[in-house]
Amino acid sequence: MVEFLLYIQVAICIFPLYCIIRGPSLADRMVALDILGILVTGICIKLIIITDQLFMMDIVYAWIILSFISVLTLAKYLENKKLND
Amino acid sequence: MTEIISTIFIAIGTLVNIISCIGLVRLPDLYNRLQSSTKSVTLGICSMLVGVLIKYGFIGIGIKALIAIPLIFLTATVSAHALAKGAYYFGIRPGEKTTRDDYKGNNK
Repeated sequence: MVEFLLYIQVAICIFPLYCIIRGPSLADRMVALDILGILVTGICIKLIIITDQLFMMDIVYAWIILSFISVLTLAKYLENKKLND
Repeated sequence: MTEIISTIFIAIGTLVNIISCIGLVRLPDLYNRLQSSTKSVTLGICSMLVGVLIKYGFIGIGIKALIAIPLIFLTATVSAHALAKGAYYFGIRPGEKTTRDDYKGNNK
């Protein structure tokens, strides 16, 4: 059952990829990138249940923080500021 | 029994993720899209983490899943807010049907 849900979770990653290709402006692409980062976290959580590899939770933590920092940096770039402002 | 309950929680999380991805594609405006997708994807991931907590109980990994819930709540909402503010200053205006604009007249 959880494997089927994993397939669904991988399949719905197509929507943000489509939005990254389509998006008319730069900010639309960044929104889709943010969503894609959180969806990959969901894939890791389902892999914990399926494979019983408990170290995957550390990957979840690292992925959350990496997505957070990258999106903040991109938002800073949108505002036309330097990184130390 | 705990397997079934945790599977139900993970299924709820997947359903919320599907709905938010449909909203990401279908909604007309950037701010609508941001509201629809970021909040509900965060809710879905939190539901999945509750499923992990129920399956493994209050030992190491369950506690880790419990700590990840406030972490993802804080980081996802803060990054969405920064993205909305940056998009407004970048020059993207809300669509025609949006009536309230709190950032108006605030262009640096």
